[in-house]
Amino acid sequence: MPSPLLVLALLLTICFSLAETLTLWRPTWGGRAAQSDSLLGVLLGDGRRLFANHFFVKADVYFHSGYYPSVFDAAAQPPTQHIAEDAGAARATDEPGHAAGAKEEDEDYLGPPKDWIDRFSRHFYPSRHTHLDQPGEAREILPWLRIAADLDPQRVETYTVAAFWLRSRLGKVDQAEQLLREGWRANPDSYEILFELGRVFLENRHDPARARNVWELALRKWQAQEGAKSKPNEFAREQIAGHLAVLEEREGHPERAIDYLEIVKRSSPNPAAVQKQIDDLKAAIHATRP
Amino acid sequence: MRNAWAISQVVIKELYRRKDFYVLFVLTALLTLLMWSVNFFNDDKIARYLKEICLLLIWISALVIAIGTTARQIPAERENRTIFPLLAKPVSRSEFVVGKFLGCWLACGIALLVFYLFFAVISGAREQRWPWLSYFQAAWLQWQMLGVVVALVLLGSLVFTAPSSNATICFVSVMGILLLGRHLNTVALQLAEPSRSVIYAIYFAIPHLELFDVRDLLVHDWGLIPWTIWLLATLYGAAYTAFFLVAACVVFRRASLC
Repeated sequence: MPSPLLVLALLLTICFSLAETLTLWRPTWGGRAAQSDSLLGVLLGDGRRLFANHFFVKADVYFHSGYYPSVFDAAAQPPTQHIAEDAGAARATDEPGHAAGAKEEDEDYLGPPKDWIDRFSRHFYPSRHTHLDQPGEAREILPWLRIAADLDPQRVETYTVAAFWLRSRLGKVDQAEQLLREGWRANPDSYEILFELGRVFLENRHDPARARNVWELALRKWQAQEGAKSKPNEFAREQIAGHLAVLEEREGHPERAIDYLEIVKRSSPNPAAVQKQIDDLKAAIHATRP
Repeated sequence: MRNAWAISQVVIKELYRRKDFYVLFVLTALLTLLMWSVNFFNDDKIARYLKEICLLLIWISALVIAIGTTARQIPAERENRTIFPLLAKPVSRSEFVVGKFLGCWLACGIALLVFYLFFAVISGAREQRWPWLSYFQAAWLQWQMLGVVVALVLLGSLVFTAPSSNATICFVSVMGILLLGRHLNTVALQLAEPSRSVIYAIYFAIPHLELFDVRDLLVHDWGLIPWTIWLLATLYGAAYTAFFLVAACVVFRRASLC
């Protein structure tokens, strides 16, 4: 019978050798653990994308302080994702003050109580429409957006919405830019992320040259991806071109601004107002030239 | 009543001798502290996700403790044959059932107290405020809900043969009520007759345990529930508890112990 100490030493040597061999082999392995750099990616694989939407909706639930339709209520009346609307990632509804984040006390998915139990139970869960409007309150939606981004890095909306809330309501410009760059790395062709990045450069960094560069790139990306589609995302193009027009006008390039306004006019819900802007700019150009 | 109280003391002692509570509490604390350590955009004031996760773990743990402890009470007494000397003393069968109920319910109350103290420390450390009355209302309502569950499981332990089947059936029923109870009327209204009437009858008959779940109000800082409503909810819970307890007493009085 060999000494137990010798057996122990042998086992330790085997463990050490195996660990070293596996460490060297792991990066060359094509499996899930090697491809993913996050724990969720290793554990769930591509299945994690299924949960990403749930967590994005969870952020919207938090934005409404828990007042949100269940799957049973949503079957009758699909909910609007207000965090996306306020961030400019979706076209705002016609309700006045909606995009500005105003309270919508009158929006009531519950309707009148159906019976006495229903009436009584409304005291025990959030049953009034509110938004996280107090300074700093919006931070509560961030954990769910971070998790949604980790679960599905190809979901572009998560990055743009989170970045909007980070920079506009919480003053975390560095974190917003960092998140957008992370999203850009995962989605190099995303015109939405480039558009939001341009807003960071112009509105927060006050750097119009960089903003122009990323918005022009965004417009080219839009053209390459959406141009051939039968139903392109015209809202996104309208936003990019609209912001470029404002930027060029402010920078003293009215001809370029007119070009961008022509693009905006194609899909604008109010083309007459856009045409008036174009006419005003043309008049200003004629007035300044001899 | 003194006999019932004496029996209940034995059940409470059993809770702190067994390891269920300690394991669940440590697990809850560990998971909550793990979530606490996660850094979201360098913001250390984010609290609501932490409160939600902590309360979810408290609810799951409390249900496991309530159902697990109650389901094995009477079957264990039968199996160990300790029920015979107990009932040979001047202890009626109803006192025995009430004693078991009181013991399990009070044990759940003690466990809830510890869990909610932990929750108050965790959320207070993040938010720098302690809305004790809201915590009290939430813990009290959860305790009332556990009263209904304990009485239901006690009745189940007299109806079903094995503690495992009783625990499983009760756990599934309670989870079903908690998740779907509030929406049964909405579902019923979308159905044609006679399904509509059947679903509506179930909706009115079941104990609406989800009424006692005020986690969303606590997580999102909705403030206090009006005290009259809180009192009505307490009475609602007490009525269902009494119903299941009386049913358990009636079944046990007629049951053969052999």
